[in-house]
Amino acid sequence: MTQDVPLTVAGRALKSRLIIGTGKYESYEQNARALEASGADMITVALRRVNLSDPGKPRLIDFIDPEKYIFLPNTAGCFTGEDAVRTLRLAREAGGWKLVKLEVLSDPKHLYPDMAETLRATEMLIKEGFDVMVYCSDDPVYARKLEEAGACAIMPLGAPIGSGLGIQNPVNIRLIIEQTRVPVIVDAGVGTASDAAIAMELGCDGVLMNTAIAEAKDPVLMASAMKHAVIAGREAYLAGRMPKKKYADPSSPLAGLI
Amino acid sequence: MGRNDAMTKIDVTVNGEVRSAPAGLTLTAFLEYLGLDPRKVAVERNLEIAPRSAYDTITIEPEDRLEIVHFVGGG
Repeated sequence: MTQDVPLTVAGRALKSRLIIGTGKYESYEQNARALEASGADMITVALRRVNLSDPGKPRLIDFIDPEKYIFLPNTAGCFTGEDAVRTLRLAREAGGWKLVKLEVLSDPKHLYPDMAETLRATEMLIKEGFDVMVYCSDDPVYARKLEEAGACAIMPLGAPIGSGLGIQNPVNIRLIIEQTRVPVIVDAGVGTASDAAIAMELGCDGVLMNTAIAEAKDPVLMASAMKHAVIAGREAYLAGRMPKKKYADPSSPLAGLI
Repeated sequence: MGRNDAMTKIDVTVNGEVRSAPAGLTLTAFLEYLGLDPRKVAVERNLEIAPRSAYDTITIEPEDRLEIVHFVGGG
């Protein structure tokens, strides 16, 4: 039987090919339970000002242990390379981690990445010693430029952030997978388990999602569904699907009929 | 320090808000004064990272601009 090897990003081997976000949950407690059910060992986190009027408010790290899970700080809300560098310098000081997720967005309406600025920010962060996983459009040309700049993972969107529309352009995702040597992780757009399985069947190395779990009616159960979908999709990809045929082909022998 | 100096207050900007604080506090003491756990936040002081190892040696000065951040849920 074909044996899989773990997803390895910037030299770190992960137990799971599913990476989950920590936004939009009802509570950090529910978030922690969904994380447990997902089997993920890496989570994305955002960096924000502390609440000075209520310093005793529940904190993410009181519910999710940074010693047990890999925290991947993001640059959500940054619109320039300078913003991203400033944010991630603070994140590095807060957690001591140099593995980061870069996202430089453009228009709040569609949250598409600004790819020219994303490439510039990638170069700036790499110069500062960060290992950069890059959220990007599903454009194979820019994906290649990011890889050449030294990105440690290419993370094309499947559909707009938070839309749950599924993999809208499997042709481009597959082109990116074929040309890329670092891990390709679909980030954004997954809505339900079959979307995650489709991404993995295309040959993605992993899937990153947030809203699909956090906004499910039962986030903990959906987290479990996503765990299975990613495993199923990965195994199907490794197993190699049967060819599609135009006509039926009986599974029982035609010879020896009574 | 004389008795009056110990009572002196200074104004600093924290996360965009002007705040009054006792003069002469180290960054560690200032964070505690705000009710924050120094181990759970990161601080930018006048656009430069304040290294965690220097929290006990940095003294908060009048007009300092501080950004105090922590991790929250995000995608």
